[in-house]
Amino acid sequence: MSVTSRRWRTLAAAAAVAGLVLGAAACSKDPAKTTNGPITIKVQTFGNFGYGKAVEDWNASHTDIKIDHQKMGELRDFAPQLAQWLAAGAGAGDVVGLEEGQLLGYIKNHQGFLNLFDVGGKELEKTYVSWKWERGLADDGKFLLGLGTDVGGTALCYRRDLFEKAHLPTDREAVAQLIPTWDAYVSVGKQFAAANTGAKWLDSATSIMQPYIMQQGSSWNFDASDKFIGDTNPTVRKAWDLGLQMAAEGLTAKLARWSPDWDAAFKNSAFATVFCPAWMTEGVIKPRAGDGNTGKWDVATMPGGVGNWGGSYLAVPKQTTHPKEAYQVAKYLTSKEGHLAAFKEAAAMPSDVAALDDPAFANSTSAYFNNAPIGKIFAASVKGVKPMVLGSKHQQIWETICEPAMQSAEQGKATSDAAWAKWVGEAKKLVSG
Amino acid sequence: MTVRSGGTLRRRYRFSRLDVRVSPYLYVAPFFLLFAAFGVFPILYTAYASLFHWSLLESEHTYRGLSNYTDVLTDPLFWNAVYNTIGIFILATVPQLALALGIASLLTRRLRLRTGLRMGILVPNITSVAAVGIVFGLLFADRYGLINWVLDSVGIPIVEWRTHRWSSWAAISTMVDWRWTGYNALIYLAAMQAIPRDLYESAALDGAGPLRQFWQITVPMIRPTIVFTAIISTIGGMQLFTEPLLFGYGIPRGGADNEYQTLAMYIYQTTFTRNFDVGRGSAMSWLLFLFILVLALVNVALIRRGVKGEAR
Repeated sequence: MSVTSRRWRTLAAAAAVAGLVLGAAACSKDPAKTTNGPITIKVQTFGNFGYGKAVEDWNASHTDIKIDHQKMGELRDFAPQLAQWLAAGAGAGDVVGLEEGQLLGYIKNHQGFLNLFDVGGKELEKTYVSWKWERGLADDGKFLLGLGTDVGGTALCYRRDLFEKAHLPTDREAVAQLIPTWDAYVSVGKQFAAANTGAKWLDSATSIMQPYIMQQGSSWNFDASDKFIGDTNPTVRKAWDLGLQMAAEGLTAKLARWSPDWDAAFKNSAFATVFCPAWMTEGVIKPRAGDGNTGKWDVATMPGGVGNWGGSYLAVPKQTTHPKEAYQVAKYLTSKEGHLAAFKEAAAMPSDVAALDDPAFANSTSAYFNNAPIGKIFAASVKGVKPMVLGSKHQQIWETICEPAMQSAEQGKATSDAAWAKWVGEAKKLVSG
Repeated sequence: MTVRSGGTLRRRYRFSRLDVRVSPYLYVAPFFLLFAAFGVFPILYTAYASLFHWSLLESEHTYRGLSNYTDVLTDPLFWNAVYNTIGIFILATVPQLALALGIASLLTRRLRLRTGLRMGILVPNITSVAAVGIVFGLLFADRYGLINWVLDSVGIPIVEWRTHRWSSWAAISTMVDWRWTGYNALIYLAAMQAIPRDLYESAALDGAGPLRQFWQITVPMIRPTIVFTAIISTIGGMQLFTEPLLFGYGIPRGGADNEYQTLAMYIYQTTFTRNFDVGRGSAMSWLLFLFILVLALVNVALIRRGVKGEAR
């Protein structure tokens, strides 16, 4: 190889590398330079908040602020991610959805979030159901952490065709009258089981914990001073015993909730009743049971009448570069229009007082659920809700410690007392750090 | 007429010598800089974090010395995770490597579509781990899964895969074996190609059957390769995370009784989903690292002893 051709090759190689480097530099966008364009507010939600149409409407009518709605998967995927982004100080959206349990975890450690009182949040105090507003407050009411999106409101969803097979009344008023109390729920369940329809009465023993405790008690695992009382709280033990008693009598399908088996069980008609908050009707039961079961499900008032389960909030992380605009977006999404749009799309029950009274919600029916007047039913179920103390570590304890223990007792892998001791021990360990 | 002065020549000479001596380091530097930033630094920072009471949700950290380590070592759930990890590892790796050896020796023979088969066994390895986890999780669903459906149609009682230790371990091992057997088979195959043919010929002349040839010639000759795959499998097996996590539908608990919760899942649960305790998670990560080191060395020693080969 002659020296000249080697020199040319070297020159060509150097030019290629330089070209690549410069090209790569030119292709990278500089995100901070959008001074003259619209401000983009990133909204991150989990599951299905039902904001599709609401975001579209906003983007169509606003030129200065655009919403970029990012769906971050299920809660259990989003929650750890958000915790990491808040700790790192970057990566979180401008507005994030917080499930109630998540929010409670951040009440004490709210340093990663913006105090919405600083951007004018006080004006919204009267627009929400009072206990929903109060739960979003931290620091003895001085820090507004989240604006309420939906509330739970719980009812009993049941399969009319399976009830008919078991010679039980199928009309929702009649069902509500047949099952006014928890004892009645158990005895009708036994009646159903005796009819041998091939289905069980209930999906899992664990699914009565939330409806029962939220209705019958004023606290669950923690008292007002955030001390762990799950082991001594009589309501918790009563619910535990009730669920496992039903399992022992063969009334439950012993499924693990929120698993693919549970999803398939809807299609396979494995159980006749399930406790459903508003967001579960259109958002959970309908996609799982499928179109083939349209009209077979119906909604009745749950035993005890009153129920509340879940509900979320929108919060603004402190790391946002556009706090005022983020607040505007959060305010819109939790306004009457936002709530009603979310209800229409995902049956998320509003926590906004005006939305609750609006005929669009109050008179709504669900075609999938045999034209049940879900607005009236769920609104009635929320009316008697007592404010409930849940505590900062409630969600982790219930979902990752208590429920699996109860499932293992239900499946016969442990006795009720052994499973109780196990979950209490683990919960105490978690609380003590 | 230009005559280059002695000074320029000497400078050029010195520069060229400097070039020869220093350039190699400069060429390798980018990798090591990146490794230092993204490999070494996090490891050291994790060691630092393990000395504190450090919560992901709070901004203050209090020094605890080695308390995190003693907490972890006295935690029964930690030892349960260790037990699960080792158990799943052995259940997955031993059949996997044996099968890989067998497949490799079969692939050295003259077969139709030999190249196609050799490429085919690697296909499971190139699929996404998460996709494999999700699909196998559905196949092994406790109630309505395909495998249970097959068992049921043949009259065998269905197995609730996630409710027992042995069944969950078996399902996870199936996932791991499905993915890695082909990879290891190809590595063994490559090593076997290097064995000189005349060894087999002389063995055949001496009357050795194929099985004897396999055990007395093939396996000892590829001993370094077996050691290599054992170490890689150990490192991979100890870090098992995606398969058991997705088998449990994304829940790091690993079964109601933590039947299939591996160490990596326990670390993840402690640090990111339940306790948000970075300090304990870091301590566990370092213990896992030391653990892998010890286990890999034990593995090597066992294989060196078990597979007698040329005196070295």
